[in-house]
Amino acid sequence: MIPPQFDYERPTSLDAALDAVAPPDAVPLAGGHDLIPMLKARSVSPGTVVDLGGLDELRGVERVADEGDTTTEQLSVGALTTDADLLDAAPTGADALLDATRAVGDAQIRNRGTVGGNLAAAHPASDIPAATLAADATLHLVGPDGDREVSAEGFATGDHETVRASDELLTRISVPLAPDAGSAYARKTHPSTGYAAVGVAARLRVVDGVVIGPRVAAVGLCDAPTRLAAVEDRLAGADAGAPVEAVESATTRAGDGVDAPVREDHIVSADQRRALLPKYAEQAVSEALARAVGREGVVA
Amino acid sequence: MSEHEVTVTVDGSAERATVEARRLLVHALREEWGYTQPNVGCESGKCGACTVEMDGDVVKSCCVLAVQADGSEVTTVGGVDGAPEGLAEVDAGDPRATPAGDNDEFGPVQRSFHEEHGLQCGYCTPGMVLRARDLLADIPDPSREEIREGLKGNVCRCTGYENVVDAVEAAAAKLEPIETDGGTAGQADTVDGGAPTGGDD
Repeated sequence: MIPPQFDYERPTSLDAALDAVAPPDAVPLAGGHDLIPMLKARSVSPGTVVDLGGLDELRGVERVADEGDTTTEQLSVGALTTDADLLDAAPTGADALLDATRAVGDAQIRNRGTVGGNLAAAHPASDIPAATLAADATLHLVGPDGDREVSAEGFATGDHETVRASDELLTRISVPLAPDAGSAYARKTHPSTGYAAVGVAARLRVVDGVVIGPRVAAVGLCDAPTRLAAVEDRLAGADAGAPVEAVESATTRAGDGVDAPVREDHIVSADQRRALLPKYAEQAVSEALARAVGREGVVA
Repeated sequence: MSEHEVTVTVDGSAERATVEARRLLVHALREEWGYTQPNVGCESGKCGACTVEMDGDVVKSCCVLAVQADGSEVTTVGGVDGAPEGLAEVDAGDPRATPAGDNDEFGPVQRSFHEEHGLQCGYCTPGMVLRARDLLADIPDPSREEIREGLKGNVCRCTGYENVVDAVEAAAAKLEPIETDGGTAGQADTVDGGAPTGGDD
């Protein structure tokens, strides 16, 4: 499996990288674990591959205080931060993101694969997009006309499709870190691909013994990451003092209201994915709830 | 198409070649420079037969362009000896251990694969050994479950993994962390308990 011919550039500044990705047949290369297999399969045939590996400014993980609200923070993850480096940084308050990153591929893949590359590639069964959607993360794009921000909810639109224009680059991801929130990610691994057959991320807070602001998102289910509105609706206001009942009643019909077509292949049918969803929703929500209860009262 | 002059330090030797942009690192290692221990297996990033260390991290060399490795230090399984980073060998006096003088160029991880018969055809072994060393550097005393999870990126079609896991356990028993002031050598790369294990994904 030999890739087709292409030109290669390795810019060392963001401005040079934007110039390099401006031609319509140029594609950015981050960790390479989506693009290089596609090149080998010749399912893409770019004129130029623009290696972003020289852009050190897009690496790193830091906590940033929210403007105007000093009780909350954002985790700012540079788009080229590798999965392994994010796991090494092990930021507190981003459990679902860490769970999902740990689930990516294997150790070798996590050493090369990047958080931004994972999101920008928009593989429909990729783990990290579930966590960023549940966390209501913000993706920062830069293009020839300047910067813009896109919510995780509005970023991926389908199978390998996002709102990123071909001449834009994803620079960083901001993940809200409410100190009293709990979050988790759970998945059923697809027996062939190693990606998620279904994966569910959940994030919620517990205030005065009641679940507040739950966000629950699934990947592997539809072509784009999907909010599980039925779970969120039934979980909001639930009694955190009776977590088993609260979680079970919220997740039993986890797929209700999912209107987009459910994915299927010759190994995992759409019906199986729907059938798997409640179990993994239950795992994610239970763990998120336990973590939130563990943090309740952290903030006065 | 573009061609690029690359220099890569492989197992301590500076290797140079002019490569097409599309040239994969595993092909450059094998065909330009003759390092045939990284094997070409699935070619899609799943099997781990092409695993090498690149600047200290294990990577799949079929998913790295040779031009991306320009200026890097690459270590194949042929370039490793002794104990994994942060570990030292203890003299366990295992009666089954390979007699001195036989295979004494191998480190404790390779010897354990030999002694426990952690291979049959050997195709996956270069990648298995490199990832096993990396795993032990992270988790010096892993459980069998941690070994299975840790080796999920390395596929073996012969052994059924039992002897591979035995080999890594045996290697762990031969090794102990080197005492350092920081004491971080044993920091665990914990794994997702929710994901099924097994090496075939």
